[in-house]
Amino acid sequence: MEVSNEVAGRGMRDIKRRIKSVNSTKQITKAMELVSSAKLRRTRERVEKTRPYFNTIKDTVQDIFSSTRGIKHPFVSEREIKKTCYIVITADRGLCGGYNANAIKTALHHMQDKKAVSLITVGQKARDYFRKRNYDFDGEFVHISENPTYSDAKEISSLVLRLYEKEMIDEVYLVYTQFVSTISQKPEIIRLLPLAGEKKEKEQDKGFEYVSYEPSPEEVLDYLIPKYIESTVFGALVESSASEQGARRVAMENATDNAEEMIGHLTLSYNRARQAAITQEIAEIVGGAEALK
Amino acid sequence: MASTFQLEIVTPDRKFYEDQVDMVIVRSTEGDLGIMKNHMSLVSPLAIGVIKIKKNGEYREAACAGGFIQVKQDKTTIITDSAEWPEEIDVERAKKAAERAEERLKTKTAEIDLIRAQAALERALNRLRVAKKG
Repeated sequence: MEVSNEVAGRGMRDIKRRIKSVNSTKQITKAMELVSSAKLRRTRERVEKTRPYFNTIKDTVQDIFSSTRGIKHPFVSEREIKKTCYIVITADRGLCGGYNANAIKTALHHMQDKKAVSLITVGQKARDYFRKRNYDFDGEFVHISENPTYSDAKEISSLVLRLYEKEMIDEVYLVYTQFVSTISQKPEIIRLLPLAGEKKEKEQDKGFEYVSYEPSPEEVLDYLIPKYIESTVFGALVESSASEQGARRVAMENATDNAEEMIGHLTLSYNRARQAAITQEIAEIVGGAEALK
Repeated sequence: MASTFQLEIVTPDRKFYEDQVDMVIVRSTEGDLGIMKNHMSLVSPLAIGVIKIKKNGEYREAACAGGFIQVKQDKTTIITDSAEWPEEIDVERAKKAAERAEERLKTKTAEIDLIRAQAALERALNRLRVAKKG
């Protein structure tokens, strides 16, 4: 009698303990969900504010490419590719679902020969991943991905341009995560250098429009290309930070839901165990009384 | 009214201005440029200076920290690192920045720092000038 009660009691105690631990995990994930919702709201506003700038520069550069011909510029002309540089933007922290893994996978998928690749990483996750696998590094930036500033983007792009000018790298790709909506983020890869003039088939509707460049097309491009790189990097950083918060929010929301479901199951088995214990006790008392007769 | 055109000024953190205007005067790297309706297509980098916007016969000024201007048939776009109306300028901060930059120019350092300090000084002085006028 003593023994069986003990077992039921322990079962109940164990379940109770588990409920408690799941509950405290739930509280943490819930708190993280709320924090990332708040951050998401802020970063989303930033994305919306920076998009016009980002798009305007992109359009302008494309315009110039489509309206000028035969411009010779080191950042435009292709050369033999010996070293490809990847700028990979991830978060500093995990617990955000597949966000980091997806960005890294996109980059890996695109890389061909490990020896012909060098990396500039943003965020601890990408750094740790590629460090561990002994990739070549050109630079690493941490603690900027949550709240990127324009000067961060400037630093990254000046590093890239410097390396490119010295011909230490011959091609630059940027891997980031496009913020589509709160529940959807898409990893993207774009080529930064050399700039490819996307051939837009616009020419037939307007004919060739003469645009004057003061003082000269080359000098305008000299100014414009670094700006273009900077703003693209900045745009990518901002998009990625919004995506990170979005991904984390969704991941934490799921974790909270799962914890709730688990607590439900555990409570059910707790009640069952409790009832079994009571039933058993009554049976024992009845049995005892019966024996005394 | 017929001689207005669309002007848009964007900075990395906001859309600074978007409206129909009569004329805009900017300081390009080659000198001052006045743009009115039907100006030919043009792209030019901008120096640190003032953007003067004429709308309904009235002028408004803004400080501009370099960038570039793109004039197209239907629309003119100015892309700049930062733009501020006179009332938005933090005079104290600009003064301090000017002092700091002057300090740095006196102590000779690497060339890149000198260029940076010079640019910072120019930006600060430009802000102060605009703020005083506004």
